[in-house]
Amino acid sequence: MTLRPFALRSPTPMPGWGLSFGVMMTTLSVIVLVPMAALLWRGFIGFGPAEMWEVVNRPRVWSALALSFRAALIASVFNLVFGVALAWVLVRYRFPGKRIIDAAVDLPFALPTAVAGIALTAIYAPNGFFGAALDQAFGLKVAYTELGIWIALVFVGLPFVVRTVQPVIEEIDRETEEASATLGATRLRTLTHVVLPTLTPAALTGFALALARSVGEYGSVIFIAGNLPNVTEIAPLLIVIRLEEFDYDGAVAIAIAMLSISFTMLLVINLIQIMSRRRMGAV
Amino acid sequence: MTETTLPLRWRPATTEPALVRWGLTVLCLAVLGVLLFAPLIAVFAEALRDGVALAIASLSEPDARSAIRLTLLVAAVVVPLNAAFGIAAAWAITKFDWRGKPLVLTLIDLPFSVSPVVAGLMFVLLFGANSALGAWLVAHGYPIVFAVPGIMLATLFITFPFVARELIPVMLEQGRAEEEAALTLGATGWRMFFTVTLPNIRWALLYGVLLCNARAMGEFGAVAVVSGKIRGQTTTMPLMIEMFYNEYLSVAAFTMAALLALLAFVTLTLKTALEWRYADQLAANHRH
Repeated sequence: MTLRPFALRSPTPMPGWGLSFGVMMTTLSVIVLVPMAALLWRGFIGFGPAEMWEVVNRPRVWSALALSFRAALIASVFNLVFGVALAWVLVRYRFPGKRIIDAAVDLPFALPTAVAGIALTAIYAPNGFFGAALDQAFGLKVAYTELGIWIALVFVGLPFVVRTVQPVIEEIDRETEEASATLGATRLRTLTHVVLPTLTPAALTGFALALARSVGEYGSVIFIAGNLPNVTEIAPLLIVIRLEEFDYDGAVAIAIAMLSISFTMLLVINLIQIMSRRRMGAV
Repeated sequence: MTETTLPLRWRPATTEPALVRWGLTVLCLAVLGVLLFAPLIAVFAEALRDGVALAIASLSEPDARSAIRLTLLVAAVVVPLNAAFGIAAAWAITKFDWRGKPLVLTLIDLPFSVSPVVAGLMFVLLFGANSALGAWLVAHGYPIVFAVPGIMLATLFITFPFVARELIPVMLEQGRAEEEAALTLGATGWRMFFTVTLPNIRWALLYGVLLCNARAMGEFGAVAVVSGKIRGQTTTMPLMIEMFYNEYLSVAAFTMAALLALLAFVTLTLKTALEWRYADQLAANHRH
């Protein structure tokens, strides 16, 4: 094979390059890149950065953005902890109905968000089964409060951490755990010092996916949230409201603000991941 | 030599105490019960609250029937298109070595981290009546936004990575040797694809198609933004749920929801069956 340092593609007899690459890039452009460019164009060139800032820098928008990211963060942290625990239970423990439970974890992927939304509202509303019980027992209101948003987002993000961590736990070599035990570590110490570090990169991947999903979640949240401006109004809903008022520039500004914050967050998580991988490699 | 006997409460060094095991298991099941199973039961209980007859009657209303038809139509168009894209992308990415692959992979994954509402907004900006392109299309009788094509485009965006993400790891693992053998034996490109590649990836393809279909039929946010929610014309099943719900037509809303929940059941059952039978031919790491 001749070395061609500046070739875009190394030579191969495999057919279908033109067709597959062409179909891929055309679809990618039409479905993803051009619409994305339309959004950024409208925001930065049609409307302008200063004008966008002015539209975003208002209490109602800030509180919607803060709510969306805070609730997503809380729900994803819960899902991170619970997801690792559930993955551990599903891989290591035996109990009746385990395979069905394992399959059911993917329910939030398969169940449409609007269905999840009205279902969660039905049981957590003040007259719902859990809603009434929690209200009577603790005076706790779930639906139409921020707590309801957390629950909807926990539902939506539930499978991500489980499904990224599960294969890693299956791959764990039990000999390292045995070695740790023979060296005198308690089980808890083995878990926190030997097992957990190997799960960290996968768990963070799942966390990032859950976070990205729940920041932008709309369908399951709007039913249970109550949608009170400044209190339980999430950022995606505010975008919809702006659109219904035909305030396209306002909608675009909030959308770009959301995208910038979530991409920054994903970048930070990626960096943490790279660092934790490096530390693992060094040990 | 003395016989060593295991202590009565012996457990292997690589498990937790029984109390911890059972405690954790019960806790996990309780959380799943409260979060997953209770809502699911609630959907069916609410749908059948006033009897089966009324529930079925609510589905035969013209609005409900047109919503079901539209959802099926959208899925029938979107899923094959995404399957074709997924196969093309997986082929270009796994069978050739070229520069810029990581960038393209990132772009394919982009829809995962964009809010559905923002996705819908993009198409409104591009094809809405106040954009040049949108105005031109409307003038020539091809409205995209607040019409069925817009719903399809938004759904395509949302489900974009599903099939490709499923095929790429499987095809990477399978390598290129079998295709290269077929080529050396004189097969044409298409013949090689249909007799070698497609049989190798069929279960992974089916898996991706299942997930893509579930999301396509259930998408709410993106479709809500582009559809304009014209009753009987641009209202999909999830949008119809919201309309019924806001009109306090509880039985109709939950019956429509139950129908989509049944779809979720079918999806999960088929998906699980595929995982049990063909685990070796699916991507090891499922993450969407």
